[in-house]
Parts: sequence; C-alpha cells; structure tokens
Amino acid sequence: MSSTFEVVAQVIADTSEIPLVEIGQEAHAIDDLGIDSLDFLDIVFALDKKFGIKIPMESWTQEINQGNASMDDYFVLANLCARIDELVAAKTA
Amino acid sequence: MRLEFFELIDTVEEMDIDGGTIRIVSHLPDESPVFEGHFPGFPVLPGVMMLEIMNHAIGYLLYRRYDKSRFVFLGGIKRAKFRRFVKPGAKVTVDAKITHDGSGFHVAETKIVVDNEVASDAEIVMLVTDFPNDSLEQEMVRRSKLIKVLTPAGS
Repeated sequence: MSSTFEVVAQVIADTSEIPLVEIGQEAHAIDDLGIDSLDFLDIVFALDKKFGIKIPMESWTQEINQGNASMDDYFVLANLCARIDELVAAKTA
Repeated sequence: MRLEFFELIDTVEEMDIDGGTIRIVSHLPDESPVFEGHFPGFPVLPGVMMLEIMNHAIGYLLYRRYDKSRFVFLGGIKRAKFRRFVKPGAKVTVDAKITHDGSGFHVAETKIVVDNEVASDAEIVMLVTDFPNDSLEQEMVRRSKLIKVLTPAGS
C-alpha cells in the first residue's frame, strides 16, 4: 500500500510536468515546485477522489489570509500529507 | 437568447439542486454579429460559445445551490469536443451534472444536444468566490428571474 506522500507525489507528477524524482517531502508546492493556484486545484481534485475526502481549500486560504496559519502549513508536501491523513482519519472515525 | 450579450439561456427546464443536475433550453437567433464572422457565408455557433452556454448552465445551478450568495465562474476546461455544427435558429438543450464538489470549486460533465444529437460535450471546472460588486449580484438576480432559475427546484 502506497504512503500518503507517494500518492500525493504521483498525483503531482501526473497533473504537472514535474518529474516524480524532483518531488520531495520538504518541497513547497508553490515556492519550490512552481505550481500555481489553478494547477493546484487539479491536484486537489485528484486527491479528493483518491482519498475520498474534501480538502478544505477555502478554509485553509482563509486561515492563511487571516494570519492564523502559514503557507508552509498546507503547501509543504509533508504538511499537506499530514493534513490529508487527518481528513482521512476524521472520515473513518 | 442574446448571443452577443452573453444572455445564453432562455429557460431552465429541469433542475435538481441537491442532485447537481440541470437542463436548460435556448433558441439560437437567426441572425447575430457572431454569425457574421463565424464563418462568413457559413454561419455556425463558435465552439467557445458552446462552452460558454454549458458554463452558464452549470453556473446557474451552482448559483442557486449557494442560495444566490456566491459568484460562480469558469475556472477551466478539462476536456471538450465539438462534434457537429450548430446553425442559426437551432434549439439547443444543455444537460449538466456536477461530478465533484470540491472546496471552492466544482467539476461538471456537460453536453449540448441539438436535434437529438450531441453537438458538444465537456468536462469543466467552476470556481466559487464572493461577488466582486453589488451591480453584478443584482444583475444575476435579474437574469435568474428571467430564465426561471429562482423557481422551486425541479419545477
């Protein structure tokens, strides 16, 4: 069974032109990988379907804009994977 | 329908707000500046206008689902095919279905049917945000009343 990171990295590679080998756990989706907001929506769409969740992009964006969270909290891939794991756990709880 | 003013929907025939489906009908005008240029001597509905009609159909459904409080607009085309020419005066039916409800976005499958044949189909992404100003919000209400978006669901 693939880890959350492996799934996320594969989705990013599939939906962008970024080679899989260049996608590391500490990479920032926007700053390091250069993924823009619309491309990130494609990734979110794929991840929603893969994990059967609804990644709360609107509330994450609101938290960042209000200064209650940093971009790193959601866009560094290791952190994104942790958030996904939380959403999956909440779904199955 | 007033093609050049982007008033693309005549009426909503069916709508299931929770189920995420809508069917709209429009009658293309016999004449329009759009047809004069596309193409000279062979007037047909441009593919981009087909996409726009499908975009409007799913947009109005989402607008109603958000109880008129959010601005819904086209974010992307994941796939589109234009399968036959659509001529001036044609009756156009659009069927659209939301296939994914994301946070701040939705994905929908849509198709345009003319004379019982699929003229175009597309998978489109709609984005949702706050209205940028009051005048657009008021205009959306006006247009929605005209095409019966605001009548009870499914009626």
